[in-house]
Amino acid sequence: MATLSVCQQPIGGFSFEYCKRNAVLEFECNKLGHSIPAARKTGTTICGVVFKDGIVLGADTRATEGMIVADKNCSKIHYISPNIYCCGAGTAADTEMTTQIISSNLELHSLSTGRLPRVATANRMLKQMLFRYQGHIGAALVLGGVDCNGPHLYSIYPHGSTDKLPYVTMGSGSLAAMAVFEDRYEQNMEEEDAKRLVRDAIAAGIFNDLGSGSNIDLCVITKGKVDYLRPHDMANKKGVRTGDYKYKRGTTGVLAKAVTKLDLEVVEETVQTMDTS
Amino acid sequence: MNTRGLRSQLKDSVPVTGLGTQIGAYGVQDTLRSGFSSVKNELLPSHALELSEKNFQLNQDKMNFSTLRNIQGLHAPLKLQMEYRAARQIQRLPFLQSSHLALDTLKGNDESISFEDILNDPAQSEMMGEPHIMVEYKLGLM
Repeated sequence: MATLSVCQQPIGGFSFEYCKRNAVLEFECNKLGHSIPAARKTGTTICGVVFKDGIVLGADTRATEGMIVADKNCSKIHYISPNIYCCGAGTAADTEMTTQIISSNLELHSLSTGRLPRVATANRMLKQMLFRYQGHIGAALVLGGVDCNGPHLYSIYPHGSTDKLPYVTMGSGSLAAMAVFEDRYEQNMEEEDAKRLVRDAIAAGIFNDLGSGSNIDLCVITKGKVDYLRPHDMANKKGVRTGDYKYKRGTTGVLAKAVTKLDLEVVEETVQTMDTS
Repeated sequence: MNTRGLRSQLKDSVPVTGLGTQIGAYGVQDTLRSGFSSVKNELLPSHALELSEKNFQLNQDKMNFSTLRNIQGLHAPLKLQMEYRAARQIQRLPFLQSSHLALDTLKGNDESISFEDILNDPAQSEMMGEPHIMVEYKLGLM
């Protein structure tokens, strides 16, 4: 074990040790005309809407890595607490880790207070954390849930600003989805109408934006009940092959058949018990 | 016993101690991690967040204490800082990992999880500090 002649104890958290080296490597790479591999993003359409009894959240399911689809069916609606769910756009790892950290913190907080967590608490925790890292954590989120004060819907941007609105969209397909919302949103919709509206908004994003695609996931949150519909609608099904190039058995005539038996003798037989403790 | 000699206290009281050369193995500049040594490298941080993250806890504490002083008077931060100082003394020798249980409970860190607990957990680090040098630094003999 090598020892470092360091006077102070190591601290946890982000380590900026390799930043200078990475900057030099990137510069050299760009000089040669290549580019460094891109982080996996969720070029996305996510949206949420408040209806009469609760919230409907919707998301597409495509994750991209530059120009390639990295995951055809990824799950973008993350669990925060039994009554709060969060959709994430931006860098996939950032949204995943951020929502997991906030979910853990909210669980500890609710154990400490003894109450069901509120959406405003999750919003404040997320906003303070994202502001602390000044937008370097690329996570754009749509946070929705139902608590003791009713249904709430927030949109949270990577730099830490938040908006509390009745309908929100985020991601690269957000403009297409917002167009559908602006046309057909009404206050106090029924659940079926709200689900149809969100489904149409996400479909608009899927068909008009390259970064979104595949299926539509929905999450309906009402007081005491959560419906996680994955997939709610398979908008893009892969086609089935119509022809088959395999030859049928018997196409080639059989002239002669010879069977050779392979004699194997058992040399050793051991039994190893599994450690199932 | 004077646990922190005057010299080590002075070194740490200035928040921006300078991003000097990172000492790697054998006492020379760690080129693999921090690049070639130049004046620019030593003066500028390698990432926009480096300075703000290094001082985050200090700045949070300062802000909280000054708010507390404005609301409740001088006694509140004084009492709290006295308790922090007492809890900070209940630790193992510097090169060993101590749990900071009392300090965490006082600060409220036992009820929250952040990147400090997930990434680069000091308890899981593969390197160990040089025991003699770390103890000498702590006693202020260095």
